[in-house]
Amino acid sequence: MLMRQPFVMRLARLHSGFGWAVVLLLAAFALVVVPLLNQFLTPDSALYIPDWLVTLTGRFLCLALVALALDLIWGYTGILSLGHGAFFALGGYVMGMHLTHNRMEAGTIPNFIQFLGRDDWPWFWVPFQSFWFTAVMVFLVPGALALVFGFFAFRSRVRGVYFAIITQALTFASMLFFYRTETGFGGNTGLTDFRELLGFSVREADTRLVLFMLSAVAVLLSYLLCRYIVTSKLGRVLVAIRDAESRVRFTGYNPLRYKLFVWTVSAMLCGLAGALYVPQTGVINPGEMAPANSIEMAVWVALGGRGTLVGALVGAGTVNGLKTWITAAYPDLWLFVLGGLFIAVTLFLPKGVMGLREQITGRSKQ
Amino acid sequence: MRGLSWKGAILWGLLMVPAVVVANTDDMSADERAEKLAEQQKNQTQTRTEGLSGEAASIVERLATDDWQAINDVVEDLEALAAPETLPVLQALSDRRLYFDERGRVLIEDPATGEYSDALTGETAEVSPENLSQPTLTNAIRRGIRPLIGQLQLFSDDVATRRAGAEELADRPRPEMLGRLQELRAEESNPEVLRLLNIAIARLQLDASDPEERLEAVEVIAEVRSARMKSELETLMETDAQGDPVEPDAAVREAARDALEVIEARQRTARFLGDLVYGLSMGSVLLLAALGLAIIFGLMRVINMAHGELLMIGAYTTFMVQNLFAVMAPQWFSFYLLAAIPAAFVVTALVGILMERGVIRFLYARPLETLLATWGISLILMQTTRVIFGAQNVRVASPEWFSGSVQLMQGVSLSTSRVGVIAFAFFVVALVWFVMNRTRLGLEVRAVMQNREMAAALGVSANRVDMWTFGAGAGVAGLGGVALSQIVNVGPELGQNYIVDSFMVVVLGGVGNILGSVFSALGLGVFSKFLEPVAGAVLAKILLFVAIIVFIQWRPQGIFALKGRAGDDD
Repeated sequence: MLMRQPFVMRLARLHSGFGWAVVLLLAAFALVVVPLLNQFLTPDSALYIPDWLVTLTGRFLCLALVALALDLIWGYTGILSLGHGAFFALGGYVMGMHLTHNRMEAGTIPNFIQFLGRDDWPWFWVPFQSFWFTAVMVFLVPGALALVFGFFAFRSRVRGVYFAIITQALTFASMLFFYRTETGFGGNTGLTDFRELLGFSVREADTRLVLFMLSAVAVLLSYLLCRYIVTSKLGRVLVAIRDAESRVRFTGYNPLRYKLFVWTVSAMLCGLAGALYVPQTGVINPGEMAPANSIEMAVWVALGGRGTLVGALVGAGTVNGLKTWITAAYPDLWLFVLGGLFIAVTLFLPKGVMGLREQITGRSKQ
Repeated sequence: MRGLSWKGAILWGLLMVPAVVVANTDDMSADERAEKLAEQQKNQTQTRTEGLSGEAASIVERLATDDWQAINDVVEDLEALAAPETLPVLQALSDRRLYFDERGRVLIEDPATGEYSDALTGETAEVSPENLSQPTLTNAIRRGIRPLIGQLQLFSDDVATRRAGAEELADRPRPEMLGRLQELRAEESNPEVLRLLNIAIARLQLDASDPEERLEAVEVIAEVRSARMKSELETLMETDAQGDPVEPDAAVREAARDALEVIEARQRTARFLGDLVYGLSMGSVLLLAALGLAIIFGLMRVINMAHGELLMIGAYTTFMVQNLFAVMAPQWFSFYLLAAIPAAFVVTALVGILMERGVIRFLYARPLETLLATWGISLILMQTTRVIFGAQNVRVASPEWFSGSVQLMQGVSLSTSRVGVIAFAFFVVALVWFVMNRTRLGLEVRAVMQNREMAAALGVSANRVDMWTFGAGAGVAGLGGVALSQIVNVGPELGQNYIVDSFMVVVLGGVGNILGSVFSALGLGVFSKFLEPVAGAVLAKILLFVAIIVFIQWRPQGIFALKGRAGDDD
């Protein structure tokens, strides 16, 4: 029955009326209200949104997009990935390569390539001069890595903690790979000192505002896409795989295809997030691939509540907001807070913030 | 623990013994050799003469001068005299410990006590340092003195002194010494000194005009297989500017080619064995880092992301014990490492038990969440360490008996810490084996891990066994920390470098199989050592990870899968 209805009808059914109202309200806030408050109010006004806050929120939106992607694979399919930091950074590197091309005068190459004893761009750098090629690669590079890696891992039925550990090894290996200066991506400095994107200066507040709005659009569309996937028939199979993979197999489904699909989509969303993140922070380096970052992403989702999508967004916003505040105000305290958060969430909030009501009412019923 | 016999482990141990023994100092670089030689000569230095008389005394007297040409004459005369009793004077001259004062006395300084002794009488002399001056030396004179010292040392009754002298002459013999060296060779009884003398003589004979003599020299070189003569042999094979061979005699060239082959083959073997031992020691480090995890993750299936921090706590405990010894018992300081072993075990075991009781026992049914919770614990432990000890690395000094090198037999030495790590790894493996297979606790642990309900029904307190197992695993990690503190920098991030490696070791060896971890750790160490020259250290590590990831796809159970049906735990 779900398959037959027209696409628009199907789309409308993603949410209840109330749900759609909230989504549209938030979208309108990000795309209309924020730009207006930023552009047309003076700094002394109480409602003025300063430029730094716009950029900060834009970055948070990118991280929220990662959390969304992670929830799709972890919350709905039961596969904990500790490799999403790598996919995120790959998307960032793809964009960073394009931005590096943009900052160089025609015919010149960056120092870190000169140091390798070359006087021209290596072959894998050349095509990133084109924005559209880059835009495609933002999805394809992480997607291809995920596809190949996932195919072999899922085919061998590597799952659970083993999958988590080998994705962590993948992230760690990529980090080492990008740290090497000889690899040709700037070694531990990474790519930085970006100037312009499509002719607009990435340092200008106006460009930053547009990037913020683009991030908001990306999160909105990705959210709808994820919602579409998890409410589809395919989504039901994913949840079934999460809860009892062997039974899914015995009833005639091949989990490989479903897992591979959602895993690759998840990686591509991370790539997109990375590509939007880099022009807003102005730097991408292998530190983004540190295993710690990928694990931190898991706590965003766990805090918000797995398998809810909205929870992932809430969790990413909360943790990163806390991080920004505490690392500035009480730098020594941050790791205690983060560590405590990990423990508290797993011990006391197995369903996250979104499951809090259920948890409380469930208890009172007993 | 099933699947593989422990005899295998013993076999590995036996295999390593010859590897350790064969690694030879002959293949040290020239710098290393020179350094070692200087040290040896220093150790064999007499700091005062036994009194000189006659001609020796009259020559040594003449050292009290600023004129370098006069000194040159003195050295030449001493060389012609070749009197062993002048050795302390020459060594003092070479080490710049020789002085003369306003009264023309020649004085030797004892570097250990700072006393001066009269070179002619050998008695302690009262001097005022401001009146002392040093004989002027040119570099050429200094260079001339060293073979002379070596030659005089050969007359000593002490083997070590003769050896030091022969070592010097093997590198820099002087042509006029040939006859005397041959006399000494006839009398020499010590094989190592004989070997070095042969090298020295061969080096001189290579320049002889008689092809027979050159042939003999080449044959001697082939026999002693000394790598240090390689370049000389290669010179023999070359052709000069006119295209004529440097060595006119065909038989000598032939012999030189054979000798070169023998030497190169030996060098290859030595390099191979050296790499093997080095790889095994790298593997032992990995093993020590991963063994605790092999218990906690392997047997209990707990994803302990705080494992690295347990290593770190072990290393910091070593640091604390070291400081405690420095304050409380300085006379026993060099033994602090032995005390650190049980201390680190107890401290980390306590931390582990605290973790298990406080957090992990509530999460046994949810492995992925254990991963997150233990990661949280690791962040807290790391930050706590930073707050207590600071973010900087702390200094953990290796005790003297653990730095330096061990002489296993003549001409064979290995750095102590390298041997120590291998030995310690085997000690810890043996300990774990003993506890798991020969104690009540081990029996209960194995029972609970194999079938929890059944074990509980038979009266084993599974809950308590969980606690002790986790504590034991953590304690073993602490032992790993002790070893790491001797090898790497001890800082709050110490554990972060080992967490991924440790998991790789356990997964590769087969989860639940401690012996598998032993093999995978040693194998990874050796493999990466052999990969390093080809690919470079970082790329070797990346390749290794990729290889492991691929390997897991092919064989998800690890190298040593448990026999029987592994649970398909959903």
